Amino acid sequence: MAVAESQVRAPVVIDERVAARILRIVAKAPVHLVLVVVGLLWLMPTLGLFFTSLLSPADIGSAGWWQIFSEPSLTTFSSYRRLFENDAIMSSLLTTTIIAIGGTVLPIFIGALAGFAFAWLDFPGRDWIFIVVIALLVVPLQMALIPIFSLYNNLGIFDTVLSLILFHTAFGLPFAIFLLRNFFIGIPKDILESARIDGASELRIFFRLMLPLGIPAIASLAIFQFLWTWNDLLVALTYGRDTRPVTVAIFSQLSEFGSNVELIAPASFVSLMIPLAVFFAFQRYFVQGLLAGSVK
Amino acid sequence: MSGSITAEPPTAGAPRAARRARLRDYGVAAGFLAPALIVLGVWIVYPTIRTIIRSFFDRTGETFVGIDNYEALFTTDLLVTAIKNNAIWVGVVPALVTAIGLIFAVLTERVRWSVAFKTAVFMPMAISLLAAGVIWRIMYLQDPDQGAINALLASAKNVVSPTGALSAANPSTPALSGSPERGLVLQRALERGSVARLGLTAIPPAEVPEGAVQAVEPKPIENGITGVVWRDFKPGGGTPGRVESQELGLPGVNVELRDESGKSVATATTDARGVFAFEEVEEGRYRTAIGATTFERPFGGVSWLGADLITPSVIMAYIWVWAGFAMVVIAAGLAAIPRDVLEAARTDGGTEWQVFRRVTVPLLGPVLSVVFITMLINVLKVFDIVISVAPGSTQAEANVIALAMWRTSFGGVNDFGLGSAIAVFLFILVLPVLLLNVRRFKREV
Repeated sequence: MAVAESQVRAPVVIDERVAARILRIVAKAPVHLVLVVVGLLWLMPTLGLFFTSLLSPADIGSAGWWQIFSEPSLTTFSSYRRLFENDAIMSSLLTTTIIAIGGTVLPIFIGALAGFAFAWLDFPGRDWIFIVVIALLVVPLQMALIPIFSLYNNLGIFDTVLSLILFHTAFGLPFAIFLLRNFFIGIPKDILESARIDGASELRIFFRLMLPLGIPAIASLAIFQFLWTWNDLLVALTYGRDTRPVTVAIFSQLSEFGSNVELIAPASFVSLMIPLAVFFAFQRYFVQGLLAGSVK
Repeated sequence: MSGSITAEPPTAGAPRAARRARLRDYGVAAGFLAPALIVLGVWIVYPTIRTIIRSFFDRTGETFVGIDNYEALFTTDLLVTAIKNNAIWVGVVPALVTAIGLIFAVLTERVRWSVAFKTAVFMPMAISLLAAGVIWRIMYLQDPDQGAINALLASAKNVVSPTGALSAANPSTPALSGSPERGLVLQRALERGSVARLGLTAIPPAEVPEGAVQAVEPKPIENGITGVVWRDFKPGGGTPGRVESQELGLPGVNVELRDESGKSVATATTDARGVFAFEEVEEGRYRTAIGATTFERPFGGVSWLGADLITPSVIMAYIWVWAGFAMVVIAAGLAAIPRDVLEAARTDGGTEWQVFRRVTVPLLGPVLSVVFITMLINVLKVFDIVISVAPGSTQAEANVIALAMWRTSFGGVNDFGLGSAIAVFLFILVLPVLLLNVRRFKREV
């Protein structure tokens, strides 16, 4: 009897489940719709730049980038070909690459040394010096622009790749020290103590233990610092007018915006592809760093 | 008892060895710290002090001027605009970005494809604000055929009030009078069986609607009123008010039939020959008029980068960049809220809104304040996006403190005294956050 009953009722139960599921999907439809529309709206500006860069100068002048949807045959890579033949822009991209790599490696290395000291070495005034570092986190770099301008002039390194790397190093450093110190301090003490008992020098501990163990934090820091230096405009405009990182090169074209979209659009898109590729490749670390560093 | 072991007087050589060992440890620490402290000292600490001192000197740096630079900061129009604009930024952006981030985070929790959405919204964070500026310059182009935002507005406007068939025209004879804004009315009263001739001139050939053919004067119909709207212009002459060869009909014109009180009782649209007809008209006297909608102008586009709208436009671009940051941080906070707390609130009979308002938001409090404060600092220092989105012609209207500092110091004016004062002002504004950070750390230790 019981068996028969359950056999009879089973399909009904399934039906109810399906109905509930359909109901749930229907109830969620507005949410899906809103998210689809908002997501597309958020993508549209970037796609607009991309499609603009795929049009010939004449077509850019005659109609908006969305004409490419009705006439896909308008697509041309001629703007990109001309861009890659443009030596000035290409050397700007190279300059930016050098600055971004230097401006990433240097502060992370120096910051890791200091972070290790703050986390595991004992010295007088440790907490106080660290508090100063935390205070420096939010000092606007505008506070340094003028004196460093004079300093660079006196040292004779004004408008060089080195001057830009050093500036980025300095202003990336408080965050690097802060993040790495907090990460290093979380490493189990036992590992460290046993290395010390084995007679390893602090330098050896730093290179053989801390740096490898710190890779997750170093990775997210590296992404941040790389994006920051790659995307920087303010420092580049102040100390790199002739060194011409790519942001300065694009910016100098911006004053005649309208007549030169066929240069600005592909140049901007190429300059944006590198950070975007870094972002997609290391998205996980990026978000981690973001969550760790939301105090900056 | 065990304490006595350490309390025991050590042997004579030990303290010196211990002190030496400790000193060596300090030396090692100093070695690790030195590069960082030198860089921080030379590039941040020394310049900060130097800038504060410099702000009390004039542009040459030789004459002490007291607080003159700070006075200039609050009396120079350009700088006052910058401070006002920055106040708008501070008032609007942190709250809006946090709110948008919260909404997105809550909504994405409900769908399975949240990663795709988050990636789309978060992506602008990775690109430079300069590139974002270029992107929005293209979005904001004024011509609706070029700028996407104005194109969207134009198509929305075309639904509400479509662009008319003609941009402007004059009556060809005094029989037709009125204005394009209120409609051109044929003064002659009409009855059933009448034929109305609505002749227009002063229409450039380029503005004759597409598909227009030779105008035709229609035959009268028994129970209705017919008529023609045409371009009453014949190359080389012709008689005004008469439909002649080589004169084109005007299609797409909106014709109104008005009763004696002037109220519109029916409307018709002309065909390619300019012919219209009101069939089945009640007995009575009527007038015909070319409706104002015929002359509805096309949408010219909002001047987003003009003096009036520049700050809201730049803010919109900035929110586009930063909403993803708020969303991701808040979503992480949301994920950390224990599910059972929310479930308990729901089983207690709370509606979704109540649960959100009374449980989710309070639990997210710390995360929301972190996002808000981060945005506050960012907005105080905002520079790149303003200088990139605002064209030279309206940069003065879009000015903010960091931009004013840069333009005063390096943008041609080269007044390092005033520039330093602006920088110090900016520093003072972020000082509360600096103290907050320090206090938070001190509590941790």
